[in-house]
Amino acid sequence: MTEAVRIDPVEVAPAAMPGARAAAASQPSVLRHAVYVIGQNPVTGLAFGLFLLIVLCAIFGPLIAPYDPLASDTDAAYQAPSAAHWFGTDQLGRDILSRVIAATRLDLTIAVFSVALVFLLGGVSGVMAGFFGGWTDRIVGRLIDTIMAFPLFVLAMGIVAALGNTVTNIVLATAIVNFPLYARVARAEANVRRDAGFVQAARLCGNGELRIVLTQILPNVMPIMVVQMSLTMGYAILNAAGLSFIGLGVRPPTPEWGIMVAEGAADMVSGKWWIAFFPGGALMLAVFCFNLLGDGLRDIVDPQRRT
Amino acid sequence: MTSDVPLLAVRDLTIEFATRRGTVRAVQHVDVTVGKGETLGIVGESGSGKSVTSYAVMRILDRAGQIAGGSIRFGGIDVGAASEREVRDLRGREISMIFQNPRAALNPIRKVGKQIEDVLLQHVQATRSDVKDKAVEALRRVHIANPEERYHAYPFELSGGMCQRVVIALALACRPQLLIADEPTTGLDVTTQKAVMDLVVDLTRARGMSTILITHDLGLAAAYCDRVVVMEKGRVVETAPSRQIFAAPAHPYTRKLMKATPRLGIGLRDLLPDEHSSPPPTGGRSAALRTSGDNGSAAAAEIPRYPTADDLRSSDPPPAGEGKPLLIVENLVKEYPRNALKGSLAKFFGRKAEEEKPFRAVGGISFTIARGESVGLVGESGCGKSTTSMMVMRLIDKTTGKIAFDGADIGAIAAKQFATHPMRKRIQMVFQDPTDSLNPRFTASRAIADPLMRLGGIKHGAALRARCEELATQVGLPVALLDRFPHQLSGGQKARVGIARAIALRPELIVLDEPTAALDVSVQAVVLNLLQDLKAELGMSYLFVSHDLNVVRLLCDRVIVMQAGEIVEHGSSDDVLSAPKTDYVRELLAAIPHPAGTA
Amino acid sequence: MGIAPKVRRLWQGCAGAMPTLRTRHVVVTAMLRKIGKRLATVIPSLVGVIVVTFLLTRVLPGDTAAYFAGPAASAQAIEDVRKQLGLDRPLSEQFIRYVSDLAHGDLGKSLTTGQSVTADIAARLPASAELTLLGLVAAMLIAVPLGIVAAVRQGSPVDHACRIVATAGVSLPVFFTGLLLSYVFYYRLGWAAEPLGRLSFLYAPPPTITGFYLIDSLIARDFELFRAAASQLVLPVATLAIFSLAPIARMTRASMLAVLASDFVRTARAGGLSPGTVVMTYAFRNAMLPVVTTLGMVFSFLLGANVLVEKVFAWPGIGSYAVEALIASDFAPVQGFVLTMAAIYVLLNLAIDLIYGVIDPRVRIEA
Repeated sequence: MTEAVRIDPVEVAPAAMPGARAAAASQPSVLRHAVYVIGQNPVTGLAFGLFLLIVLCAIFGPLIAPYDPLASDTDAAYQAPSAAHWFGTDQLGRDILSRVIAATRLDLTIAVFSVALVFLLGGVSGVMAGFFGGWTDRIVGRLIDTIMAFPLFVLAMGIVAALGNTVTNIVLATAIVNFPLYARVARAEANVRRDAGFVQAARLCGNGELRIVLTQILPNVMPIMVVQMSLTMGYAILNAAGLSFIGLGVRPPTPEWGIMVAEGAADMVSGKWWIAFFPGGALMLAVFCFNLLGDGLRDIVDPQRRT
Repeated sequence: MTSDVPLLAVRDLTIEFATRRGTVRAVQHVDVTVGKGETLGIVGESGSGKSVTSYAVMRILDRAGQIAGGSIRFGGIDVGAASEREVRDLRGREISMIFQNPRAALNPIRKVGKQIEDVLLQHVQATRSDVKDKAVEALRRVHIANPEERYHAYPFELSGGMCQRVVIALALACRPQLLIADEPTTGLDVTTQKAVMDLVVDLTRARGMSTILITHDLGLAAAYCDRVVVMEKGRVVETAPSRQIFAAPAHPYTRKLMKATPRLGIGLRDLLPDEHSSPPPTGGRSAALRTSGDNGSAAAAEIPRYPTADDLRSSDPPPAGEGKPLLIVENLVKEYPRNALKGSLAKFFGRKAEEEKPFRAVGGISFTIARGESVGLVGESGCGKSTTSMMVMRLIDKTTGKIAFDGADIGAIAAKQFATHPMRKRIQMVFQDPTDSLNPRFTASRAIADPLMRLGGIKHGAALRARCEELATQVGLPVALLDRFPHQLSGGQKARVGIARAIALRPELIVLDEPTAALDVSVQAVVLNLLQDLKAELGMSYLFVSHDLNVVRLLCDRVIVMQAGEIVEHGSSDDVLSAPKTDYVRELLAAIPHPAGTA
Repeated sequence: MGIAPKVRRLWQGCAGAMPTLRTRHVVVTAMLRKIGKRLATVIPSLVGVIVVTFLLTRVLPGDTAAYFAGPAASAQAIEDVRKQLGLDRPLSEQFIRYVSDLAHGDLGKSLTTGQSVTADIAARLPASAELTLLGLVAAMLIAVPLGIVAAVRQGSPVDHACRIVATAGVSLPVFFTGLLLSYVFYYRLGWAAEPLGRLSFLYAPPPTITGFYLIDSLIARDFELFRAAASQLVLPVATLAIFSLAPIARMTRASMLAVLASDFVRTARAGGLSPGTVVMTYAFRNAMLPVVTTLGMVFSFLLGANVLVEKVFAWPGIGSYAVEALIASDFAPVQGFVLTMAAIYVLLNLAIDLIYGVIDPRVRIEA
C-alpha cells in the first residue's frame, strides 16, 4: 500500500542512517542499530538501566547491603521505613532493604537457570521438530500437548510437591512448565523457514540437512529466541515467587522475594505495609524490566513485529 | 469521448509520507485528468507513485501519508479540502476502487452477498426489503452463474477469478462515475486476466463510466486504455493517447519501458535501451552490457554503456547445439496422496469410505534437453511445471518415471541424499523470488561462496574471495556490494547474487523458475540478456519455467506447454508460438494483451 | 411480533445461512464428524493428565506410603496405607488400580479433614468457580473495549494507557496486587469488606443450589445476603480481573491493529462504509477470532492465579484446600487438586475450540 516507503534501500540507507553504515562486518552494525533503537525509544533505555542495576545487586549484593540479611534483632522489630532502615524492619527485626538486595541473587539465579534449561531443551527440540517433521514433530508435539493440558502453575505446584521442596526443583518445574511455549515458538519459526528459498538453495549447494539446521535455520531463529528468553525470565521470576508464596521451594529464613511477601502478608492487612510492599515492589520492577527488555529486543531484532 | 470539463482533475499533487527515516515524497507535482467516459491508464514500475496517487483521490491514504500540495477536484468537489463525511459519501457511490489480490479484499467471515448489501444500504441505494434482490442483481451483472446461491457463499469457497468478479460487483453496485482499478489482474493467469479485463471494460463502457487502470504492464494499458500516463519515481513523465505512446514515445523513460516490454517480433537484445555515452570499457561488449544499471545501484562505479541493437545482433549466440541429450525425462509422474484420515473416520461413523484417489500433479510426461539448449516449460498455475522442475532439480522425489542426466539415473537417488552427491553440482537453480532465496543473515559474498565451500573444494581464504569476486564481475554485480546483506540490495542486485551462486560451480544444466517474475520490466530486460550471455559463455543448458509466453519466446529454443499435469504441445519456439496446433495454446496466445494495431 | 414468527424467522435465517452449495444433511453430518474428531483429541489429553499425575505421585522421594500416611503416622499405619494403596504391587498393577479408582470417583482420603477428597473438592469447587468466572467476565468487559479503542485511536491517550496496562499488568505478581488492594481499600480507606472468606461471620450461607452465593441468594430472594456476598467478592475479583486484563487487552489491541491494516478493511473503507460498520461489523468480528483462541492460555493463567488469590483472601476454594494440604504434608488432596484442575482445563479448552468452530465459517464449513 505505501509504495513510497519501498524506496530503494541502497539509496536511502547510507544517507539517512549514518550510524548503520553497514558495509563491513555484521557485528558493529547490530550494536549500532541497537544504540539507534535505544536512542529512539527511551523506555527501552530505561529497561536496560534497570537490568544493569538488578545484575549489580545480584553480583555485589552482600557488599552493598547495609545489614546482615539474616541477623534478627527483636528490639528493632516492626519499624517503619526510616533513615536507619530505608525499607523498615520485619517481625524479627531484620532489615528489609538488605533482605531485598540479598534476595535478588537467589531470584535471578533461579530465573537464569530455568531459562537456560528451557532454551536448551525447548529450543533445540522445537527447531528439530519444526524442520524435520515426521516422528520428531509428533513426539515433541505430544510432549507439548501433555504439558499444556495442565494449568501451568498448577503443574509446577504438583512437580515441586512431588519431587521435594528445594530450589533445584523450582528450577526444574519452571523449565518444564515453560517448555511448551518455547518449543512452539522454535517449531513455528523452523517450520516457516523449512521450505524457504534460501534453504532450498542451501540444499543445492551441497549442504546436508543437519548442516542446514545449524548454519541456516538456527542463526535466523536465534533473535526471536533471545526475545522469548527475556520474556520468559520475567515469567520464571513470577513463577518462583508464586511457589514460594504458597510455601513451596524456598524455606525461611532464606531471603526470597516471594517468601518475604508471604511473611508480610498478614501484617499488611493490619497496617504494617512495608514488610510485604518492598519485596513485592522489587519483584514487580524486575519482571517489568525483563518484559520491557524483551519488547525492546524485539524492536532491534525484528522491527516488523512491534506491538 | 472526453468532454470539456474533466470528471477528475488532479493538479500539481504532492504527497508526503512520514517514515522512520524522515519525510519521503512519494508523489511530486503530478497532473492527471480523466474525462467522462474515458479509460485512463497509469503505468509505472514499483516506486513510481501510481497507487499512492489513486489512494489520495479516494482519501484512503495511510495514516502516515498526507497531501502536501496541489488539488484534487472530482466533479466540482475539492476532495482534498472536503470533510470526512463528504468524502465517505463519495467513496463507493461516485468513485470506487478494486484492488489486487481479490480474495484478501473481501471480508473472510461475511457472506459476499451481505458485503454488497452493506455498500448498497450505506449509500441508500436500496431499502431493507429490496436490498437482497439488488445484491443478487449486482452479482448477476458481473456474469456470476447462480447468483442467488452465490449470494450465500463465503470468499474462501470461491475461486480467484470469481472473487475478483465479486469485488467488481461490490465496486459497481452503486453505479459510480469513476472506477479505479489498482493492478486488478496481477497474479491471475493470463486467460483469467483477459476475462476480468474484458468484463471491466464491458461494464464501464456500457454505462459511460470513466476508468483509471493502474498497472505495470504496458501491454495491458495499451490494449484497454484510451490515454496513458507514465510515471517514474513519483513524477509524471509523459501523458498521451495510447496509440501515440506506443507508436512514438516521447520521453526517454517511456521509450526504455516500451523497449523492455517483451512482445512479438523483437529479439532479446532489442529489450535494452539504445542510448550510448562512451566506448565500452575493456572486457568487450558483454562487460558493457552487464554494467547497465537497474533500480539505482548508487555504488556502481563503472560508466554504463548501452549497446545498440545493431552492435549486438552480429554477435548473437549460434542456434542450440544438437547432439546427445543432456537430460532425458521419461514418463515422469508425481502423485500426492489425499487425506487418509477422512477415510478411516468415515468408517468409524459407519459410512462407506469414498475411494480417495491421489492427486496427480504430474501425469506421465517425457522430454529431453540437449547440451547448450534452452527449453521453455510453460503453463498456467497448477499445471505442474513447478513440480516437474523440482523433480528435475532433485529437490523432491518422483512417484514413478525416469530422470537421466548425462546417462546417469539421478531419479533413483533420494532427494534427501542428493545434496551430498557428486552429481549435485552439475544441476543448479535460479529461484523466482530473489528475496526469499537469500539467507537474510548471509552477506552476498557468503551466499555466493556457499556452493564453493561445500562442493567446489575451495574452503576459505583468498582463493575463495577471489572466486567470489570473479563471479560477481561475471554477473555484473559491483564488487563493493559483496559485503552487503540482502535487505541492503535492490531487486536486480539480489537476482544477480542468485545467478552468481547458481553458476559458481559451472553447472551443465540450470533450471530457472520464473527468475524475472518479481522484477521490474527494465530490470528484467537486463537480467534476461545476462542469462543469454552466460549460457553462451559457459556452455550451459537451461530449463526455463515461466507463465510468460513472450519472455519464453525470447530466451528459449524449444517450448513445452503443460496443462493439468500433461504436455499438450511442444516444439521449437517459433513453431509453437507463431503457429500453435492446439486450441489451448491458441487461447493462451490470444489472451496476451497487446497494443491495438501492433499485433 | 410474537415468539413463533420470530423463531420461524430465525430458523429460516439459519437454514438459509447454510451454504446452498450442499444439502443440509451433508452439512449436519459434517458438523457431527468434526465435533467427534475434536472430542477424540480430548482423550489423549486426559490420558496424558492421568499418566502424569500418576507418575508424580509415585515419584515422591522416600517412602510414598509414608507421604500418604502423614507425618504423624506410626510404622504400622504406614504399612496399612501401603497395602491399602497397593504400593507393594508392580507399577502396572498400581496404574490399573489408580485408573479404576478414578473411574469410581475415588480420589483418596484427606488426613486433615478426614473426608474423601472427592467430597471435599465437590464442596469447595463452586467457590473457586464463582471467583474465576467473575474475574474473567470483569476482565473481558474492560480489556476488550480498551483494546478496540486503543487500536482505532492509535497514539491517543487511550492507546498509551492500554499499552501501559498490557505491559505492567503482566509484570504484577497477582498475590502482590491482592495485598495492595486489601491494604488500600480495606485498611486505609475502609471501603471494602474484610478479606476473610466468602461471607462475613454475621451471615449464614444461602441454601445450596448451584453453590454460587450470588445466584443462590437471589434464588432465595435474600438481597441483603446477596449484597454481603458481593461485597466480599469485590476485592478478589478485582485482583483476578487486573491480572487477566493485560493479556486480553494486549491480544485484542494487536489483533485489531492487524485487522484494521488488512485488505478487506481497506475495501470496506473504499466502499464508503461508516466508521462504525467498518470497526464493528468488519474489523471487530474478525479480530475476536484470535482472541477467542488465546482464551485458553488466559484460563491457564487464571486457574493458577486462583490458587494465589485464594490464599491472600482466605477464600475457601479448592486452591486454598490444596495449599493447606501442602503445609500439612497431606498428599492425597494435592493429587486430587492437580487432577481436577487439569480435567477442568481440558474441558474448557474443548469448549473454546467448539465455540470457535461455530463462529468461524472457515472452520464451520469444511471445504
